[in-house]
Amino acid sequence: MASPALFPLEARGLGVVLGGHAALERVDFALDGRARVAVLGANGAGKSVLLRALHGLVPPTSGEVLWAGSPARPREQAMVFQRPVMLRRSALANVEYALSVNGIARARLRVRAWEAIDRVGLAHLADRPARVLSGGEQQRLALARAWSLRPRVIFLDEPTTSLDPSAAAEVERVIDEIHAAGTAIVFTTHQLGLARRVADEILFLHEGRLTEHTPVEAFFTAPRSAEAVRFLKGELPWSTASPDS
Amino acid sequence: MEYRFARFLKSLGAASLAAATLAAPLLLASPPAPAHDFIIVASTTSTEQSGLFKHLLPEVKKATGIEVRVVAVGTGQALDMGRRGDADVVFVHDLPAEEKFLAEGFGVRRYPVMYNDFVIVGPKSDPADAKGNDVIAALRRIASAGAPFASRADKSGTHAAELRYWTMAGIEPKGAWYRETGSGMGPTLNTASGMDAYALADRGTWLSFRNRGDLVVLVEGDTKLFNQYGVMLVNPARHPHVKKESGQKFIDWLVSPAGQSAIAAYKIEGEQLFFPDYRPGT
Amino acid sequence: MHDILSSFGIALRLIAGGNAELWRIVALSLEVSLASAMLACAVGLPLGGLVAVCAFPGRRAMIVALNALLGLPSVVVGLVVYLLLSRAGPLGNLGILFTPKAIILAQALLVLPIVAALARQFVEDAWREYREQLTSLGVSARRAVPTLLWDLRLSLLTVVLAGFGRAASEVGAVMIVGGNIDGVTRVMTTAIALETTKGDLPLALALGMILLTVVLALNAAAYAIREWSARHHG
Repeated sequence: MASPALFPLEARGLGVVLGGHAALERVDFALDGRARVAVLGANGAGKSVLLRALHGLVPPTSGEVLWAGSPARPREQAMVFQRPVMLRRSALANVEYALSVNGIARARLRVRAWEAIDRVGLAHLADRPARVLSGGEQQRLALARAWSLRPRVIFLDEPTTSLDPSAAAEVERVIDEIHAAGTAIVFTTHQLGLARRVADEILFLHEGRLTEHTPVEAFFTAPRSAEAVRFLKGELPWSTASPDS
Repeated sequence: MEYRFARFLKSLGAASLAAATLAAPLLLASPPAPAHDFIIVASTTSTEQSGLFKHLLPEVKKATGIEVRVVAVGTGQALDMGRRGDADVVFVHDLPAEEKFLAEGFGVRRYPVMYNDFVIVGPKSDPADAKGNDVIAALRRIASAGAPFASRADKSGTHAAELRYWTMAGIEPKGAWYRETGSGMGPTLNTASGMDAYALADRGTWLSFRNRGDLVVLVEGDTKLFNQYGVMLVNPARHPHVKKESGQKFIDWLVSPAGQSAIAAYKIEGEQLFFPDYRPGT
Repeated sequence: MHDILSSFGIALRLIAGGNAELWRIVALSLEVSLASAMLACAVGLPLGGLVAVCAFPGRRAMIVALNALLGLPSVVVGLVVYLLLSRAGPLGNLGILFTPKAIILAQALLVLPIVAALARQFVEDAWREYREQLTSLGVSARRAVPTLLWDLRLSLLTVVLAGFGRAASEVGAVMIVGGNIDGVTRVMTTAIALETTKGDLPLALALGMILLTVVLALNAAAYAIREWSARHHG
């Protein structure tokens, strides 16, 4: 039985108003699920809001999010937040929890959780209370937790922004592995180096509008919009709009 | 390894929690019926506080096998408990109220059991010159002197008796000198002791009362001060759940020679408190 | 002053001497207070959690009501339970008036609003932190309640202890529904009240000191557990 198609993931006229302010306005694009997509933009451009709207955490105020033409929110997706929230239990138990609430049978919980923890290189910390792990370790744990659910797409909000370089490098490796294993990746980041290394496509947002949707190299070497040019030059750190929610 | 210990603590914690959660409903579930039978006797605080029950009840248990559970409240409340059916037996000391209880059909039969006496206590200095063996004269002198008097004012047998004495003295006690505490014998004596006031007390509570301050017995021996106790079985016709066999057994023991002599044997500091006076046919 | 000091001395001797009646009263007190606290928590913790995270019509009224019940006068609860359990009342046939079960019921009713209101506060604050992540994992609000309660277990431990402390210190309601029957429903608090009215201060003091010690010890233990856990679990 073939699993139902999720892609293309489309935003059609997507608009989100938060706190009286238009965080996203008339955003249109389609993702095929094969390319790794990075969402770039200045602070407050709407990157995190876009991710949350795609993931279904924030309902669109106008327009829609469609998965293979259907507005129904699929279950085979996961999200990793900039600061992942861990339960007060062991690292392994956190992954087991995610699995159990998603209907995995009790007998299989431990095995699947171990698999996930092992793949991100945290097996030696499985019994450690999750909250005492370092930032990078918690981020990898969050990835393991998301990945254990075998989603078809993982959204990542600033996956390496709060991490030191070595931790960031490890997280980057895991993201590569996740994609290599067949999961679609959509992520936001401030770190242009990460975007350039990892992404295939760039979605560039400026003040809630989608200004560019281009292949990665084209974006970095020959950006089409004036805003993108200024952004790459580092002249657009802050948006005139209110910051990402 | 530290985390193994932590895990052990966790399982220990989980086990204790499980045990406690199991224990709670067990505490709430019906216990196995006690091997002996028990009855609820509604009696008065003064009787309880005199220590009489602590002395009597083990003997009751030995003689009849019945566990007597005494709920000590004021006479009025005790009789109300009988009316509601929350007690099997009532054991109080207020003849008019008891006769009303019988007339209303809540009791089966009244047995006089014993009497003790009231005394008037007051400050050693006796400012109202109440000392003597005439309670009515004493009350008149206290009222005219305006000396502080602490009254229970709580619908109890003692309070009912006190009001009767005031009526007999032709006085309606009112004014700043007449302090109504609305509480039991003990607290009222506490108040009297604290205020150097006069008070009417049953001898039993007075003898076991440890906080006397400057108070001494000033008026005693007047036959009007005798305080008669009666016991009644709550009418099973009105409350079918009343344990009538055990209740009656308790009453029978109280009026039996064994019970009557046990009552007489109760002494505080060598003084007998209660005088058994059951006569068959009363 | 001499009176109080000598009372203290006698009290200490009573405690050290292992007076049987004293310890029977203590044991019964601990039993009923523990049982009522557990009962109140079994109902109150989930209730508080659900009110915290679920949207339902009348939620705000429920929160106001819960907070108002915090100020419920205990004698009122005692009176209501008495009327319920009296033979003349609707639950009279249970025959539990003047037994420890009546005390457990009355105390549980007193402690329930405390536990529910506090749990609601804790869970509501935590939900703000956890909501996005849990929703992303596919956890519904209702499903999140036991997860949050367990995650907050250390904070909730103080709630449980507050409940136990409240139960253990109750006098009025216990007196009314228990009847303060010697050997059956006489607990530390009602015994203290009785002995005080009899003017027998040493026994009352002894019981008071034990009660204080128990409550102090429990709170110290809870504090230690929280400290240890914060260090090891984050």
